[in-house]
Amino acid sequence: MDWEAFTPYRALIGGALIGLATGLVLLLNGKIAGISGVIARALRPTPGDRAWRLWFLAGLIGGGALVFLLLPSTQTPGLLASTPVMAIAGLLVGLGTRLGGGCTSGHGVCGISRGSLPGIVATLTFMLVAGIVVYVQRIGA
Amino acid sequence: MKNALQLIPGLLFGAGLAISGMTNPAKVRAFLDVAGPWDPSLMLVMVGAIAVFAALNLLIHRREAPLCGGALPGPRSRGPLNRRLLLGAALFGAGWGLSGICPGPALANLSAPSPGLLAFIAAMILGMVIAQRVFGADAPAK
Repeated sequence: MDWEAFTPYRALIGGALIGLATGLVLLLNGKIAGISGVIARALRPTPGDRAWRLWFLAGLIGGGALVFLLLPSTQTPGLLASTPVMAIAGLLVGLGTRLGGGCTSGHGVCGISRGSLPGIVATLTFMLVAGIVVYVQRIGA
Repeated sequence: MKNALQLIPGLLFGAGLAISGMTNPAKVRAFLDVAGPWDPSLMLVMVGAIAVFAALNLLIHRREAPLCGGALPGPRSRGPLNRRLLLGAALFGAGWGLSGICPGPALANLSAPSPGLLAFIAAMILGMVIAQRVFGADAPAK
């Protein structure tokens, strides 16, 4: 284990903020804030269901920007893959999250919090596959 | 305008992603890289988020309705466990493993756009549209 890189407090606090934000959305309009779903249903909304999503996503972009500004150590140092690979990855993420009905926040946070067996299974599945992909890259490099 | 209130949870969510390290693909890779120097930090992100949201979910469902109207979904999640879910999760996992970026972090990083990030987001939107129009994802609930 990489003890030097381990940042338990930031992880827990960040996670708690994510949980709080998700709870706030539920309180405000009864929606489940899995991010792939928020984005996807903003692309193809039912009537009256787009505006709140755009506000939320604008806030999400802004929240990230604010923290990067106030805590420069959180800034993203760079990407792991070339632009073409990022495009392939993005396609897989977009397709996969909506076929599967969720992502790390949708299944991992919301699903598991709400006792969803599909959520648990989906989370384990994408974690496993992601781990395998990283492993293959490690032994292939 | 009630919709604008959603700016607040959006800010909290984006801030949480950035503080937690989920926006940093190297940190995500280090979490997924179980054969290498393993950094389990991101597991605690999920633990923290679930701890808070699981409690809030139950508390909020003591109400009759959301604050701004509409209906609450019920405290327990309902949904099918089928091959489509598994396939979708696998595809998502592959994309996440390749890039270390998932939907939330992709947008949270937008204040520092790079060609790779923009390519990811554009392709992600395309992937979502394909899922919806070709495979019927996100069809309105009956």
